[in-house]
Amino acid sequence: MAEMDINDAVVTTRLDAVVNWGRKNSLWPLPFGTACCAIEFMSMMASKYDMSRFGAEAMRFSPRQSDMMLVLGTVTNKMAPVLRTIYAQMAEPKWVISVGVCASSGGIYRTYATLQGVDRVIPVDVYVPGCPPRPESMIYGVMKLQEKISKESLSMRKEHIARFYESLARQEAIQAEQGRTGQQAVRDMLMAAAERGAGTIF
Amino acid sequence: MESIALTKQQLDGDHMIVNLGPSHPTTHGTLRIVLELEGETIVKATPEIGYLHRGVEKLGENLSYQQFIPLTDRLNYCSSIMHNVGYAGAVEKLLGIQIPKRAQQIRVLVSELARVADHIVCLGVNAVDIGAFTAFLYLFKQRETVYDLFEMAAGQRLHTSFTRIGGLFRDIPEGFVPLTERFLVDCEAAIDELERLLTHNPIWHDRTKGIGAITAEEAINWGYTGPCLRAAGVPQDLRKTQPYLGYEEYDFDIPVGTTGDVFDRYLVRVEEMRQSLRIIRQVLDRLEPGPVNVDDPKVALPSKEKVYTRMESLIHHFKLIMHGMEMPVGEVYSATEAANGELGFYIVSTGGKNPYRIRVRPPCLPIFSSFEAQVKGCLIADSVAVLGAMNIIAGELDR
Amino acid sequence: MVIEQIETQIPGAIADRHDFRGDQTIVVPKDHFLAVVNLLHREGFQFLMDLTAVDWLERQPRFDVVYHWLNLASQERLRLKVPVAEGEAVPTLTGLFKTADWFEREVFDLFGIPFEGHPNLTRLLTWADFQGHALRKDFPLDGGDPFCMDGCTSPYNNGAPRT
Repeated sequence: MAEMDINDAVVTTRLDAVVNWGRKNSLWPLPFGTACCAIEFMSMMASKYDMSRFGAEAMRFSPRQSDMMLVLGTVTNKMAPVLRTIYAQMAEPKWVISVGVCASSGGIYRTYATLQGVDRVIPVDVYVPGCPPRPESMIYGVMKLQEKISKESLSMRKEHIARFYESLARQEAIQAEQGRTGQQAVRDMLMAAAERGAGTIF
Repeated sequence: MESIALTKQQLDGDHMIVNLGPSHPTTHGTLRIVLELEGETIVKATPEIGYLHRGVEKLGENLSYQQFIPLTDRLNYCSSIMHNVGYAGAVEKLLGIQIPKRAQQIRVLVSELARVADHIVCLGVNAVDIGAFTAFLYLFKQRETVYDLFEMAAGQRLHTSFTRIGGLFRDIPEGFVPLTERFLVDCEAAIDELERLLTHNPIWHDRTKGIGAITAEEAINWGYTGPCLRAAGVPQDLRKTQPYLGYEEYDFDIPVGTTGDVFDRYLVRVEEMRQSLRIIRQVLDRLEPGPVNVDDPKVALPSKEKVYTRMESLIHHFKLIMHGMEMPVGEVYSATEAANGELGFYIVSTGGKNPYRIRVRPPCLPIFSSFEAQVKGCLIADSVAVLGAMNIIAGELDR
Repeated sequence: MVIEQIETQIPGAIADRHDFRGDQTIVVPKDHFLAVVNLLHREGFQFLMDLTAVDWLERQPRFDVVYHWLNLASQERLRLKVPVAEGEAVPTLTGLFKTADWFEREVFDLFGIPFEGHPNLTRLLTWADFQGHALRKDFPLDGGDPFCMDGCTSPYNNGAPRT
C-alpha cells in the first residue's frame, strides 16, 4: 500500500489511508461523563495509563471541537435528549465509544429510569464492557476504534448518521406539536420503535 | 447626530440566562444549574437534579439484602467501600448481630483509605475547576496506590463490594499490609506537596477565601453534614459523637473551620486526610488475627471446604442463597460518617427475602439544595469554586 | 427523653411508640404533627436528618411519611411517622427547616404525597411530564419500558415470569 522511493524519500499511498491515518491518531475525545466510568476515565488520563500516547490527550468539552464522544456512565431517560443534542452538535467525522455496561446496555439498572443502552438513541461505533472497565480496556477500545477508522472510506457519508438527524427532526416535531418535553418525546419514540420491532429510534 | 453609545439603562438591561450543564466540564456528575446573570454577577441560580436517577431504591425492593451490596458501591463511586460498610452495618443492626473484631478493624482500615481517596478526588477536581491542574496529577498517583490496595483486597479497583452481611468478602492478603505502610509514607509526602502548591498560594486565596461562606446555624438548618459542616464551625463527626466499628479506641482529631468558605473546606479536607492516615497507622499496629465473618450459618456463607464436605453446611449455603436470611420484622436507621457527611440507611423489613423499603440518606442532597443561597451575589467564576468544594457526587445525589 | 416531654406537654399526640434495636419511633397523627415539630425544634432537635415515605399498599391509611431528627447537644435520635391516606396533604416544614425543601419535593415526586405550603412543589428526580409516581408499590419496576426486560424472565421477584 505504501512504497518508499529511495531517491527522493517520497511516500506514495492512497488518499484514504493518509486521511484515516491522520484522523485515527488525533482523536479528540469529548468525555460525556455521567457516573463511575468517568472516574476510571480520569485515571486513564492521569500519568499511569496516559492516554496522550494515542494523540487523544486534548479533551474538549465542547462538542464543536471534538470528534470522538466517550459516553462514560449510566445514561438515564432524563439525560437521553441531552445526549442526542450533544451528539448532533458534533461535526462530522464523528465516532462514539460507549464505555461501560450502563452505556452499552443499561448495566445492572433494569429500571424505569435508565436508558437500556445509548445505542437506542445515538449510533455507537465501539462498545467497551466492564463495570467499570479498567483503563487498559478503555485504551483497547480506543485502539479498536482506530482499527475501524483505518478501514473507512472517504466517499460515503455514513448512513446511520443521516438517519440520526432525521430522527432528531422527528423528535423536535413531536415536542413542538404536542408540547412534550424532550424526555417524553424520546420515550414515545422508543415505544413506537418497540412496537414495530426495531431496537433503536433512528 | 445621535450618540451611538448605549445608555446605562440599556447596558444594565435584561438578565442573561446561562445554562450550566447537565453535560459540563466540571467532573461532578450530571447536574444542571440555570444561572440568571446581571453582567457577571449571579442574581438567581436554579439547580436541577435527577439526571442520574437510576431507580436504586426501587431496585432494592426487588433484590435480596446481599444482592443490594453492589448497588451501594455505585452510589458514591469515589469512595465505594464506605457505602458498603454503611449498608452492611445497617443490615447487621437490623439483625442484631456483632461482627468479629478483625472484621471491624479491616472495615475501619478500608473506610479510611476510601476517605483519603474521596478527598483526593474532591480536592483534585476542585483545583482543576479553578485552574490548578498540577495538584490533580500529583494526587492521582496516590489514588492509584489506593486502587492497587483495593484490588488486592477485593479484586476490583473501583466498585469493590468488599463487605458482606456479617463480615467481609475475604481476609486481606499477604502483600496488603506492607503496601499500606508504604502508602502511608508516600501519601503523607503527597499531601505536603499539595499544601506547598496551594495553601499559601495567593491565587488560591483570591479564588477561594470568602466565597461560599456560611454560618453554623445556617449550615445546621440546611442539613449540612460532613466536611462542609465542620468547615462552618460545628464539631459534628459521627466517628466521635456516636462511634461505631470501634472508632472510640483510636486517637484522632476532628478539624473544624471558622467561616465555612471554600478555603476552609479545603483545609478541613486536607487535615482529614492526615487524620485518616493517622487512624490507618493505628489500625495496622493493632490488627488482631481472627475470623472475618460472623460464625452464624443463618447469616454468613460457610467456607467452601465445609460446603464441600459437610451436609449441614451445604444445606445452609443453599438456604442462604435461595431463600435469603431470616430477617426480623422492623425498621432501622443506621448512619456512618462517609466522606461527604452522614450517610444513612433506613431499612424497613417485613420478614421477607427482600427489604420492603430501602432508603439511602444522601449526604450531598441538602448541601446542594443550598447552592442558590451560597452563590447569590457572587461572580459566575465563583459558582464553579463553590460547586467543587461541596463535593456533589451525582450517584448518591440522585440514586 | 424527649418522648416523655411530648407526652406531658401535648397529651394524645403519640398514637404509638416502639423501640427496636435502640431506635426510638413515635407515630403522630397529622393534626398534632406541627405542634410536636415545634416542640422538637424548641428542645434542641435542630437537625432534620431525613424525610422519606413508605407505601403500605394494603393498609389504610396508605402512606407513612417518616422523619428522622438528631439533637446535636445530646446526640439523641428520634423517628417520627405520620400516617396519611392517598391524596391527603401534609404540612410543610420548609419554614422551620430549610432541609425539608428538596426532601419534600422528592417524596412528592416518588410517592405523590402533596405538602401544603411548599414554595416550589415540582418533581425533583424524574422529568417534568413523567407519568405516575415511581416508588409506589403498584408502579412496575420497568415503568412500562419495553426494552427493560428484553429477553429475560425477570431475574427479580424470585424468577417469576414477567407480566
